[in-house]
Amino acid sequence: MIKNTAKKLYLSLILIFLYAPILVLILYSFNASRTRAKWGGFTFKWYGKLFKNQEILGALFNTLFIALVSSVTAAVIGTIACIAIMNLKKRPRAVILGITNIPMLNADIVTGISLMLLFISMGIKFGLGTILLSHITFCIPYVILSVMPRMKQLNPHIYEAALDLGAGPVYGFFKVVFPEIFPGVLSGFLMAFTMSLDDFIITHFTKGAGIDTLSTKIYTEVKKGIKPEMYALSTLIFLTVLILLLLVNQQPGGNKSPSGKNISEKGV
Amino acid sequence: MKRNKTKSMIPSILFMLCVVFSLGLTGCGSSSGDEKWEVVVYNWGEYLDPDTLDLFEEETGIHVIYDEFDTNEAMFPKVEAGAASYDVICPSDYMIQKMIDHDLLAEIDFENIPNIKNIGQQYLEQSREFDPENKYSVPYCFGTVGILYNKSMVEGPVDSWSILWDETYADNILMQDSVRDAFMTALKLNGCSMNTLDEGELEAAKNSLIDQKPLVQAYVIDQVRDKMIGGEAAIGVIYSGEAIYTQRENPDLEYVIPKEGTNVWIDSWVIPKNAPNKENAEAFINFMCREDIALKNFEYITYSTPNIAAQELIEDEEIKNSDIAFPDLTQYDNLETFHYLGAEGDELYNNLWKEVKSQ
Repeated sequence: MIKNTAKKLYLSLILIFLYAPILVLILYSFNASRTRAKWGGFTFKWYGKLFKNQEILGALFNTLFIALVSSVTAAVIGTIACIAIMNLKKRPRAVILGITNIPMLNADIVTGISLMLLFISMGIKFGLGTILLSHITFCIPYVILSVMPRMKQLNPHIYEAALDLGAGPVYGFFKVVFPEIFPGVLSGFLMAFTMSLDDFIITHFTKGAGIDTLSTKIYTEVKKGIKPEMYALSTLIFLTVLILLLLVNQQPGGNKSPSGKNISEKGV
Repeated sequence: MKRNKTKSMIPSILFMLCVVFSLGLTGCGSSSGDEKWEVVVYNWGEYLDPDTLDLFEEETGIHVIYDEFDTNEAMFPKVEAGAASYDVICPSDYMIQKMIDHDLLAEIDFENIPNIKNIGQQYLEQSREFDPENKYSVPYCFGTVGILYNKSMVEGPVDSWSILWDETYADNILMQDSVRDAFMTALKLNGCSMNTLDEGELEAAKNSLIDQKPLVQAYVIDQVRDKMIGGEAAIGVIYSGEAIYTQRENPDLEYVIPKEGTNVWIDSWVIPKNAPNKENAEAFINFMCREDIALKNFEYITYSTPNIAAQELIEDEEIKNSDIAFPDLTQYDNLETFHYLGAEGDELYNNLWKEVKSQ
């Protein structure tokens, strides 16, 4: 009995710590007064203003566009890299894996500044292109990290059998190898997507004039105080993610990973 | 045989990706088009009425690329490295001095800025502290640092920094959480210059700050505004630009410039040396100095404008004659502006501040 209440208490404490800040933010997005010290009444006006604010919407679009393009590209490059790494001998493989892990441990500010200096020395004009390049760069290691274990589990003889049965290498890869490693690629892609979405410091150093993502936009508002429109936008993003998660969890058919399928079939 | 084929395919796929990417990049680069009719502005976030940019584009046909930064320190490395070439930047006083020291700024051709006549002489005079010959900068916003206190919680008129050391208000005092601002209060209280590098004076200031520490409720920056409005503290060190806004939200609040003097900060337009469109930059600065535009910006950001002609145009009499928004700088003889102290000076201050914070 006591054990049970303790369990519940522990769980609810965790949930409170995780969600209290978000709840406060949602609350303030309905506050008619600009300052957080006063409750000026319930209002939807920040939501209205948000959809009229071209700068914030532009930054939102940039953020999503950059996150999508860089995570897809990183997923492709990372997966190809994994194939190559698997075909290496043991020692070079360990060396290469170590090298790809270093950028993840590296502080963001070091990555950001060194990318900036690299772009300057190469004479590349700063803008959307440089942001994309740097996001792809720091996303690739995450893809490799999540695809590699799947690759190692793969039985190499299946692919060889496919080739023996007359499949071309590309056909064989997409028919035999890819479905097996797909969950790894997907989680690598998602990890890259969130890393890119979150990033501030690397974007700050590699962005050109006049292009902003949400995080750089919010940072610039520090001097004058963050606008309530940002609370409204954060609320909407939170709700979108929540609804998406609910939808995904509602239909088990949406879970396409082979292992998940097996479990549900066994259940039936 | 077939295995070899797979292996040989991978480099070619990689190569294709590289080609696609470099094509995409050059596409992005070339879209900037005719550089002649652009001006690239780098300003503080929320530090300008966006309508004025539209007006500028309409009147001059020069396209504005607008970019924002959050602190002087975040802006400096980007400009120093030359990552993006900006035409106009709006740093603060000590940072302008640092940029002059690092040879990053171009002299402004004041022939192209006739509206400089709108800028009050006293502000240009104050600018000489960081730009000795008024060659590199045009003041855009200014303000003072002072004490904001709650009349219902503090007795009598406040007129001195010493109130921040008054034990009656223990746990009711908000200090600025930044090295120079915190040391400024202690140095001024002790009758020293806030730009001093004298170790004895700094040691004394450090000890004052350590003495004060038990009385301080919190070291904060932005929260001074919200905490004072909410009545969570009685006394706070705050920038004058925030003071008018807090008074509007809570009429009990009163702002005062202490008699020992204080910091006058100035944010000014400057043109970096590598600006690709210097003439457009000057046209932009001139436009920002026009009285109606300066008024629009003042109403949007509510930080004091050094533009005398715009001050005259303010309709709200209360603000127009407000000593908080437009103090007569000539009336004080102990106002200072932050200087750039060099790398060693910065380190000295930072180390002392660490000692204070770790006590």
